[in-house]
Amino acid sequence: MADFSSSFDMPSASLSENAEAAELQRLIAVEQQKAQFQAQVHNFTDVCWDKCVDKPSSKLDSRTEICLVSCVERFIDTTLTITNRFTQMVQKGAH
Amino acid sequence: QEGFGSDFSSGASSGKMDPGTIMEQVKVQIAVANAQELLQRMTDKCFKKCIGKPGSTLDNSEQKCIAMCMDRYMDAWNTVSRAYNSRLQRERARI
Repeated sequence: MADFSSSFDMPSASLSENAEAAELQRLIAVEQQKAQFQAQVHNFTDVCWDKCVDKPSSKLDSRTEICLVSCVERFIDTTLTITNRFTQMVQKGAH
Repeated sequence: QEGFGSDFSSGASSGKMDPGTIMEQVKVQIAVANAQELLQRMTDKCFKKCIGKPGSTLDNSEQKCIAMCMDRYMDAWNTVSRAYNSRLQRERARI
């Protein structure tokens, strides 16, 4: 069957082509989610390196490891705190 | 099934592209972008930590510091990745 439209052109595609395109979109969405996770790790590492790593040594000691873990947790807590309080402020009509 | 495109441009005009090939290319592009991000941030941090007053070359101690710093930065990245993943799992378990 000669069909020169791309497989993402839904109206003229057959049923199996639609299903294939939908599955592809789903798989791509999964990879995008993984990429978003990686991007967040880059951000956290950037911030927490400055907070926790003093002089680069021959290995990451346990104090630094603990600091990094706490840093990630507290950064997320801070984000949530700010989001919640800001939402309250907006609802109260603050500017 | 015939006419597999070997890159995105030929795929669009000659018909369907193999979904497996598309996904491979998506994953590779994401991985490349991730590596670039890592290198850029690592360079920034390790330059700050290892190079005091810039001289006419990188001396031995600066070279050693950069190598150690790279290893520690990647250790830190992995620690942060694990910490973030744990937190996400914990949050999902609460829902």
